[in-house]
Amino acid sequence: MSDDLRELYQEVILEHGRNPRNCHHPDAPTHAAHGDNPLCGDQLDVYLTVGADDRIAEAAFEGRGCAISVASASLMTEALRGKTLTEARELFKKIHEMCTSDEGGGIDVADGDFERLAALSGVRQFPMRVKCATLAWHTMKAAMEGNAEVSTEDEV
Amino acid sequence: MRLMTDGATSVDLKPAGEARPFDVVRVRRDFPILGREVHGKPLVYLDNAASAQKPRHVIDTIRDVYENEYANVHRGVHYLSERATKRYEAARETVRRFLNARSAREIVFTHGGTEAINLVASSYGRHFLEPGDEIIISVFEHHSNIVPWQLARDAKGLVLKAAPVTDDGELPIDAFERLFTPRTKLVAISHMSNVLGTVFPARQIAEIAHAHGAKVLLDGCQAACHLGVDVQEIDCDFYVFSGHKVYGPSGIGVLYAKGELLASMPPYQGGGEMIARVTLEKTTWAPPPARFEAGTPPIVQAIGLGAALDYLASVGRERIGAHEADLTKYAMQRLAAVDGLRLIGTAPAKSSVVAFTLDAVHPHDVATVLDRAGIAVRAGHHCAQPLMQRLGVTATARASFAMYNTRAEVDALGAALESVMEFFG
Ligand SMILES: Cc1ncc(COP(=O)(O)O)c(C=O)c1O
Repeated sequence: MSDDLRELYQEVILEHGRNPRNCHHPDAPTHAAHGDNPLCGDQLDVYLTVGADDRIAEAAFEGRGCAISVASASLMTEALRGKTLTEARELFKKIHEMCTSDEGGGIDVADGDFERLAALSGVRQFPMRVKCATLAWHTMKAAMEGNAEVSTEDEV
Repeated sequence: MRLMTDGATSVDLKPAGEARPFDVVRVRRDFPILGREVHGKPLVYLDNAASAQKPRHVIDTIRDVYENEYANVHRGVHYLSERATKRYEAARETVRRFLNARSAREIVFTHGGTEAINLVASSYGRHFLEPGDEIIISVFEHHSNIVPWQLARDAKGLVLKAAPVTDDGELPIDAFERLFTPRTKLVAISHMSNVLGTVFPARQIAEIAHAHGAKVLLDGCQAACHLGVDVQEIDCDFYVFSGHKVYGPSGIGVLYAKGELLASMPPYQGGGEMIARVTLEKTTWAPPPARFEAGTPPIVQAIGLGAALDYLASVGRERIGAHEADLTKYAMQRLAAVDGLRLIGTAPAKSSVVAFTLDAVHPHDVATVLDRAGIAVRAGHHCAQPLMQRLGVTATARASFAMYNTRAEVDALGAALESVMEFFG
């Protein structure tokens, strides 16, 4: 297995891919959206439950996909818990930068969120797989903005 | 013997002599790209069902046209236009021979297989089908042979029915025949599945359709590369294929249609080339095939396709078929030996396409790991989502073979899949 493959399939990714967290339909989500990757047929639903304090009390998802997209969704739901919608939007931007820019968007691994999320940066070496990593995030953003559906082929 | 593409340009292609055995090493030397490495590994190209690589003969022919004989066709009276027109029309004759059509006037050049199907759905669909008329497709169709019919259905109030598939990936003929009613006007079905490799009984399908008074369109985008196609023997009304899957360039496709039928169809698009006479009030159409080739056609692509078909003939279609049958059988056995691998599509009549899933490893992850080993396969839904839904999978991996693939490449695939299982297992 080559080095860049090990970089892509880090232990965190493999583990979350096998045993995704928060993979269920919550009782009363306040926000939900359906995400589609038409290139590969992967689909997932993201659910957010935002409390009266404007913070995400629970983030969850359902769907099928590759190790990257499932792990990304799983890591995302963990990271979102307790965040305000503004913070979640900030996080989306940083993840998007990290997965798509050549330099990795200047991610600070000391930043608590990125201790684990940094594992997603391996997709930078695999342009065809970037959408797998970002599908859950685009879907989360669509849910926050009240869009019911999003596709990785829409320019978001 | 030297085979002439036309009067002036001779190419060094010998028609297949029966005695010469199939020599895959020699064939591979004809495809320049096969010599390259990918991620530092020798390229193992097993994504031929998506698009095939090009032999030097095609590449050289394309360069030769652009360097020596390029101009627009059917327009100029000057020398180059005459030469380009000659070669373009010679390619049409080559396609006629490839399909054994009665006349080159039955061969329409399009920009691809997809456009050829849209042409029929639009022209035939608009002119000959009435609200309530029925079209039969199948569950295994490529989206290209589904969506054009849905558009026609919505525009004309037609009824679209889909023939089922068995678990092995065969067309259950009885169930297919039960779909016919007096309102059935057209059957549009693939000659060979791009996901399962199943070869469908084209002759029998046409016979059944005709017995019910329906026309038949065969989507030969996969079949044309692997099977001998004889449209007169099959007796289909329409046959469609793409140039890039038969070792030719992209941007060119073919629609074959029976002469009388084609002559009765209205144009698909309007423009130059397709008219007899235009006044501002009214236009009379040119006869086929020009009626269906509005605008400047894909000139060099058509000539390149002719070169690809000449090349196929020079290697020998029967010998290629036998080699690919051997590879397919070998691959089914070799892959079945991989722990945790499930073959998708096990019909006895099957060619050159082997789809599979691995326990607990998503096809995308499989394809990414194989890619780093230099092995190109396809992962996903293969533009056949209804079939995926029927099979109960969201995606599969797919290895597909061409004349230049070898048993050693199948072994490389098998070994790489075993290491995938180890890594993710
Ligand atoms: C069975 C089948 N039909 C139609 C098509 C569409 O061909 P093209 O994309 O070349 O127009 C394909 C190609 O993927 C195919 O495999």
